[in-house]
Amino acid sequence: MRRVGRPRADRTPPLTRPHRRPPGPARRATTSGPWPYLLVAPAVLGMLYLLVYPLARTVLISFQDFGLRQLILGDAHFVGLDNYTTLLSDPRFWTVVRRTFLFMAINVVLIMGISTLVALMAERLGRRWRTAVLSALVLTWAMPVVAATTVFQWLFHSEFGIVNHTLTGLGFSSFDGYPWLAHGPAAFTILVALVVWQSVPFAAITLYSALTTVPSELYEAARIDGASGVRIFRSITLPIVRPIFMLVLSLEVIWTFKAFVQIWVMTQGGPGDATTILPVYAVQTALAGQRYDLGSAASMVTVLLMSGVLVAYFRQMFRQEAER
Amino acid sequence: MRPRRLPLHLAATATIVVCLFPVYWMVTTSFKPNRDIQSESPRLLPQSWTLDHFRRAIDADGFGLFWRNSVLVTLGAVALALIVALGASFAVARMRWRGRRQFMLMVFVAQMAPWESLIIPVYIISRDTDMLDRLPTLTLVYFMMTLPFTIVVLRGFIATIPAELEESAQVDGCTRFGAFRHVAFPLLAPGLMATSLFGYITAWNEFAYANFLIIKQQDHRTLPVWLSSFHNTFGTDWGATMAASTLFALPALVIFLLLQRHVTSGFAAGAVKG
Repeated sequence: MRRVGRPRADRTPPLTRPHRRPPGPARRATTSGPWPYLLVAPAVLGMLYLLVYPLARTVLISFQDFGLRQLILGDAHFVGLDNYTTLLSDPRFWTVVRRTFLFMAINVVLIMGISTLVALMAERLGRRWRTAVLSALVLTWAMPVVAATTVFQWLFHSEFGIVNHTLTGLGFSSFDGYPWLAHGPAAFTILVALVVWQSVPFAAITLYSALTTVPSELYEAARIDGASGVRIFRSITLPIVRPIFMLVLSLEVIWTFKAFVQIWVMTQGGPGDATTILPVYAVQTALAGQRYDLGSAASMVTVLLMSGVLVAYFRQMFRQEAER
Repeated sequence: MRPRRLPLHLAATATIVVCLFPVYWMVTTSFKPNRDIQSESPRLLPQSWTLDHFRRAIDADGFGLFWRNSVLVTLGAVALALIVALGASFAVARMRWRGRRQFMLMVFVAQMAPWESLIIPVYIISRDTDMLDRLPTLTLVYFMMTLPFTIVVLRGFIATIPAELEESAQVDGCTRFGAFRHVAFPLLAPGLMATSLFGYITAWNEFAYANFLIIKQQDHRTLPVWLSSFHNTFGTDWGATMAASTLFALPALVIFLLLQRHVTSGFAAGAVKG
């Protein structure tokens, strides 16, 4: 783990194609002609067609009367803000919004707290232990979402699940045959456990690698000056790690805000509405209720709510850009 | 020193156990005979081993087909993203041109695209262009999902390779792109590996689009969709469900374990510099 896998510039590169032509005028990086545009064109075209265009269509549909009939016949007409009015005056929608923020907040706090502890721990471990911990994290990370969701359903199975069995064995006899997924708060808890379990590896590994970038001379110097462990963490570790911590934090906020697959596969938003968060609500409305217009409006509201978070993310990005 | 490190090692053990237990439980359940799975006292290790569950999972309708679909879509998306991103990140890292900053801004924004919100328009667009129920549609969507991240990471890697290396190769008679191919490209290996792994796991995993864009052509489903429907059909058959999950998760687990060091360091480099 010590070796960082970035290319080492000090290695002399093999020049496999020597002196075939007389050296022409060395083109500097400043004169580029049409080449950069040609190189970037596929990426730009891809983004325009597969991202910008669908996004524009979503906006359009959210201002139209667009149900199954309009999907088939294509005779949708504009209804102004009607969909948004319908959506925002639905009390169920606001419950879902509150739940989405609750789900996001609980997950992010747990993910960031646990990941920071794991990263600090990994840094203090010896080489073997560290490799073991990092391998375990990578394996968890590699576990496909649908497979992990299915496994969690099995772990929390009411009759044969190992969790109920262990809890009963520990003396909590009320968990004998406890149907986790039939109770709203219990299902919500399982989904939080699943999302945290899946998200900690990325966050922990990234934070750990950020910790390794702190030069050890700084620690030595601080220790010679007699600084305490807390002081060293606050004055040296934290300032260096903070940009990456913020980056991971923003990413986790976005990812947990958009959590869909785990919920869809495990509970489809149920029981009742107990695990319905915004993305699930949008898909339910659009595909199950065949109200594509309301679904698109819900999606747009999700995007707008998330933009608040993104602003923080961009400020972080631009600060990094400026430092470069 | 020893006693002071004990809490640390306990914490490390706890981390490893929590991380690995669900994976372990999935794999061992898939080898347990049914009477052990539906037992009053679950055991950590199977008393006797059986391959029945795997046989049932593999014999289930279209298993080989869905594997092939997943592999094709994943490889296609990863290859496409790598090629397109390599060109774009080279242009960004090595060339000066008008619109460079705007392009990177667009890439950063695209990284946070609300993909779940785009299912409906993508569905409509695919239907209008006769691309519904077809694997290339999924390939394109997954390509787009991984492209921004790939560009960001590769740009970070290319930026760490001093341009002088390529310039000296150009002085020695290489063309600009010859110099890139022979000098910088080999040094990019860790970045290419990290990004292709990211693309691989994104595409191999993706459920929502595969579930909603492949409707009539059941033969074109991918493994995640198959697993979730398999699980519904065989709801009570946890042995077969866990065997199916194992078969689905195995390639990712094996590849990541083999490349563990590169994964962590590659992502680290991308994240730190990204």
